[in-house]
This record gives sequence, C-alpha cells and structure tokens, in this order.
Amino acid sequence: MSKKVLIVGGGLAGTIIANGLVRHIGQEIRKGDVSVTMLGTSDTHMYQPGLLYIPFGKIRERELFRPQRKVLDKRVIFHIDPATNIDVENKKVTCESGTVHEYDYIVIATGSRLMPQNIPGLAEGAHWLYDLDGARKMRDALDNFEGGKVIVNVNAPHKCPVAPLEITFMLKEYLESKGLWDRTELTYTYPIGRLHALEPVAEWAKPAMDAAGIKYETFFNTKEVDPAAKTIGSEEGVTLDYDLLVTIPPHNGAEVITESGLGDGGWVPTDRHKLTHPDHNDVFICGDTTNIPISKAGSTAHFEADTIIDNLASLLTENRWARDYDGKVFCFVETGMKTGTYVWFNYETPPNPGAPSQMIHWFKLAYNRLYWLSARGLL
Amino acid sequence: MSERKTIDARGSFCPGPLMELIAALKLIEVGQEIEIWSTDQGTAKDVPEWAAKVGHETVESGEKDDHWYVVVKKTK
Repeated sequence: MSKKVLIVGGGLAGTIIANGLVRHIGQEIRKGDVSVTMLGTSDTHMYQPGLLYIPFGKIRERELFRPQRKVLDKRVIFHIDPATNIDVENKKVTCESGTVHEYDYIVIATGSRLMPQNIPGLAEGAHWLYDLDGARKMRDALDNFEGGKVIVNVNAPHKCPVAPLEITFMLKEYLESKGLWDRTELTYTYPIGRLHALEPVAEWAKPAMDAAGIKYETFFNTKEVDPAAKTIGSEEGVTLDYDLLVTIPPHNGAEVITESGLGDGGWVPTDRHKLTHPDHNDVFICGDTTNIPISKAGSTAHFEADTIIDNLASLLTENRWARDYDGKVFCFVETGMKTGTYVWFNYETPPNPGAPSQMIHWFKLAYNRLYWLSARGLL
Repeated sequence: MSERKTIDARGSFCPGPLMELIAALKLIEVGQEIEIWSTDQGTAKDVPEWAAKVGHETVESGEKDDHWYVVVKKTK
C-alpha cells in the first residue's frame, strides 16, 4: 500500500518541502509507492519579504505573486481546501469542504497571522506592511504624509525580526528623498531593553540610529492605541504622540492549530532538532508554526524544510532518519535604500553582522528574484 | 502552587528569552506562571527588571545545571 505524505499549508515552508521531497523520491512516486499532497488556502503564492518595498514604490505588486500550481512540481497533488481540523491521534485531516485526508506522515506548515486586534485601538490607528492590503494603505499614507511624528512600533511575537529595523532606516531615507525629513521626528519602539533581540544587531543599530537622528524607546510593550487622540501607550507606562503610526503587529499561529488543540497561540510544540511533535514522530512541523524559540523567518523555514526533506526522504526509502536541524538562520538586513548587511547563526554560533555594503543590498535585490528557485526546491 | 509553563530558551539568540517570555505571557491567564530557561546569564537580571517595570511578579530565579531560570507570575 502506498505511503501518503500530507502537507498542510502552501506557504514557503510547505512549498519547499513538497517540491524538494518529490525530487528526492521521484522513483517511488513514479511507481505509486508514495504520494505527496498539499492542502493550501490560496491559488496564489506570495513572496512575503517583497512587501517591504511596496510602501516605498520599489517593487511592482505583480512581482510578488505566482500561481501556486505553477510553483509546485506537477507531481505534487494540490488542493485549495483549508484544513479545519488536524487529528494527529487518528492521522487524519478534515478540510473546509468536508473532505477527510488520511496520512502516514504529515507536515504542518500553517504559518502565522497578524493579530493587530489583540491590542486595543491598534488596528484602527496603525499602518503595517506585513500583508498586501496593509502595505498598500501604508503607501497611500506615505503619499499623503507632510511631516510630523512617525512611530515604528514593534510588538511580540512577530515574524521577520529584522524587518522593523529595515522599515525604520528605509523610512528615514524615503522621507529625506521627499524633502520631509527636516519636518519629521521618527521614533522606534521595541519590547525589550535594546533595539533588537540579537545583541550584535542591537549594538550596530544604536549608533546607526543616533547618527541618523532616529529616536528610540526600549522596554515598550504596547498596551493601547487611541486613534482619535493619536497616542500610543505602553505596559511600562510611557505614552507617545504620533501623526503616522507604523506597527509590526503581534502574531499568532493559524486558527486550525488552536482549534485542533495542537498548541497555545497556534504554535505547535516541536523538537528543536528533529522538527517533529514531541509525542508523534510522524508529525513534522516547519516554519512559523513551530514553538521553537528561534526567529520566525523565511530563511528559518527554508533551512528547517531542507532537514525535513532529508528525513522524510530517508524514512520513506530507507526507513531511517537522516539528520538533525542545527538551528541555522540567515537573514539579509536592508540598512537603507542602498546598503545592506546580513546575519547568520545557529543553536551554537552567535550572530556577527558585517559592515553594511552596497554589494549585500544588491544581493538581497537579486534574491528577491531568486526566491522562486528556492520555492521550487532548486536553491 | 499556580499552574506553571516552561519555556526552554537555551541557546536562543533571536528572539531571545525575554521576547519569548513577553509573547508567552500574552497566552496565559492572570495568576499563572512561566518558568523561562536561558543560557544567557543576563536573563537572570533582565527578566526580573522588566517584570518589575511592567508589574508582574518574579517568583524565583537562579542557576540550575547548564542554565539560568526565572519564574514570573502574570499579575494583570
């Protein structure tokens, strides 16, 4: 009887795994010994990091999208039918249509979602660029901005942990280019006592913000926003005025995770090396969906996906585990409109970002196109 | 004793123990506790300082085997 691999989620993590796995086990698929099925929520695949450039007019919207069916290898069975219940005890997934899928191995890659509604007034008072609608509205707000107090407000937990810094430095250069910087006061707020979770990145960001004339407020966990008065207050007791509020909203995992009783907040308990559920060796978790205390970022999902592909391929063909995930993360960091740097680290090696350069910025721009090769499991 | 959850943030460079704690506190009820483990000695100082600033209670903290730990009770 053929083995069934079921991938829940059609984002970066699920797509890389689906494409990578069928390339590794082509012979087994051809013989009908294994099937790989993806349950997605959309017929479109979006390159999420590209949203960063939308408010500044630096990328065209259509560059961010491809039809999911075309991104997927034709050997992957693809259904647009969101999962509504994942039953890991009985190894079956129920979908919105009522269809029930059984599996031998499941990959849960349902991602994270923005929850501005978790903070009173935030959804009404703030702009964000972590989804297309938000990025479009932020672009409009910037078009109409004539100077004043701008706040970039960061909330936990959130994905793409370097994006808040990128947004801040890019905003500064954007406003300079429009001749508005002299009439602007830009303040960055962050939940902990430094400017970034990664200490070396925080050590680089502080003098960079000082030199750029960007203000900052650390230990700022947003309590509420008053859109009428245009103020934002923190749990720590600080209130700031704003004319334009840009937020990185807090995130939760997918609703299907909490509805299925798989994890608080939509984050699934995950073994940090095997990337499996602690009680179920046939349940793999990838990307933002894990509760592993590392960055929720595309590169994390990519490196985790590579490990899962190797392990699934070995289990299906040789009945053995291939290797452990070492916690590897690699992130480009745009430090303005023309320069960039990068950080990489794993469970054992701390990050050590290099000096920003134009070359790294160009590499990041190139990766914005190369991404589609990653999604296809080729890079 | 209150219901207690443990976050194993040993070796976590990003988002790090305090960010993990802040995120986890949003998911529990007032009166519940979180024990955070970290291999960064600074956690034993940073977490109680932040908890005091916000008004949560640090129940205990110290060093155990290969890590530092802090227990925080959500108070509001």
